[in-house]
Amino acid sequence: MGVKQVVKGNFATAVAAKLARVDVVPAYPITPSTLFPEQISTYIANGEMDAELLLTESEHSAMSAAIGASASGARVATATASQGLKLMSEMLFIASGMRLPIVTAVGNRALSAPINIWCDHQDTIAERDSGWLQFYAENNQNALDLMLMAFKISEDRRVLLPSMVGLDAFVLTHTMEGVDVPLQEEVDEFLPPYKPVYTLDVKNPMTFGSFGTPAHYMEFKYQQWEAMENAQKVIDEVFSEFYEKFGRKYEKVSEYRTDDADIIILTMGSMSGTARAAVDSMREKGIKVGAAKLTVFRPFPFREIKDLSRKAKVLAVADRNISFGFGGAVFAEIAGALINEKEKPMLIDFIIGLGGRDITQEDFYKIAEISKDAIDKGKVEKMVHWINLREVQ
Amino acid sequence: MDKVNIGAVITTPGSALNYKTGSWRTLKPVLDEAKCKFCNICWQLCPDSAIEQADAKAKKPIKIDYDYCKGCGICVQECPFNALEMVEEEK
Repeated sequence: MGVKQVVKGNFATAVAAKLARVDVVPAYPITPSTLFPEQISTYIANGEMDAELLLTESEHSAMSAAIGASASGARVATATASQGLKLMSEMLFIASGMRLPIVTAVGNRALSAPINIWCDHQDTIAERDSGWLQFYAENNQNALDLMLMAFKISEDRRVLLPSMVGLDAFVLTHTMEGVDVPLQEEVDEFLPPYKPVYTLDVKNPMTFGSFGTPAHYMEFKYQQWEAMENAQKVIDEVFSEFYEKFGRKYEKVSEYRTDDADIIILTMGSMSGTARAAVDSMREKGIKVGAAKLTVFRPFPFREIKDLSRKAKVLAVADRNISFGFGGAVFAEIAGALINEKEKPMLIDFIIGLGGRDITQEDFYKIAEISKDAIDKGKVEKMVHWINLREVQ
Repeated sequence: MDKVNIGAVITTPGSALNYKTGSWRTLKPVLDEAKCKFCNICWQLCPDSAIEQADAKAKKPIKIDYDYCKGCGICVQECPFNALEMVEEEK
């Protein structure tokens, strides 16, 4: 078994990159992810890691370098957040289109304006359609484990798509928690070296990043679609292999006290533990409420969400993001996933914790109260609620 | 169904030769061979490798490969000896 260490979330993702024997780390620092390249730099300086750290002039360049390095057959990781991920955005689509299994840790942080360095999920949610797999960590152990598993899932020949692992800004990136750090030999057994299908090689020249005319473009997009569909199965396989090897269980959707629940509150990221604590408190008062946590956002776990939806009268979605003109993104996906189901729960959206506003148990009591009201009235009067919003003029 | 490599990787080097791209052109450069001094400036500056090199020793002037020339006119602009001129492409 591994070694128990008390570490920050950024250390957890960096040590995962070291244990994954990452070859190249192109990076540009940004709060709250800067500790990742710092830690990689320390590992390299100490001779603990045999990797190339490329300090680029921008995040756009960092992702460009990641693409080049990955095309040459290297295992590549980087870290960014917020505005940095936005500057990478153009290249994110190229990484997935070129089918390069790059893994990026994202310290989930709000987007400007107004400028804000604290947590919400807007940065990665806005890259929903970039063709990257998306995982969200609840704690630092998740951040380490998901990062390790992301390499294995991304590099699977049935997938070959990049992954981002979201860890909440400060709540995880800068918070010390006890983490079981696996031993190198355990990780080596779990994660074999990356074997690319095609590589940049002067002795065997090929064209990477070629032109795709109307005669072929759609077929390449269809291949990406199929790869993302395949990822559903590969994720299940890797989660199960990880459980056998390391004893920590991962699910695309994890449920808590949902079996006889009238209301299920769905969360993503670090607020999930608070939601479960709130469920316990409410259960003591006889309120039939449960919680569920979404760990995988892309590919979207349709089957698991459908199973979950059959268990409750109200599915209350806590969205730490906002799509202006619609509502929360997770809510939107769930509504879409359930559209053809004969029986479905009432769906209510709760926008919560934007820009690092604390999410407390009281917020979940409020969510349950609004959900209970919908059950009593037999209808959803208001689809999108903003939780713990100050009165402003 | 056609086989397409994932990520649009092309595994055969030089396969662009299979495609003629000169038809995009509306104007074309035409060489007055008598004025060519074999300096190869046009060959250096052509963005599309559509000019075959001149050979000064053999007194062989440059040659334009109309299968690939897009008609950008850089060679005409840069030729120090006015050996090239742009003419309308005949339809």
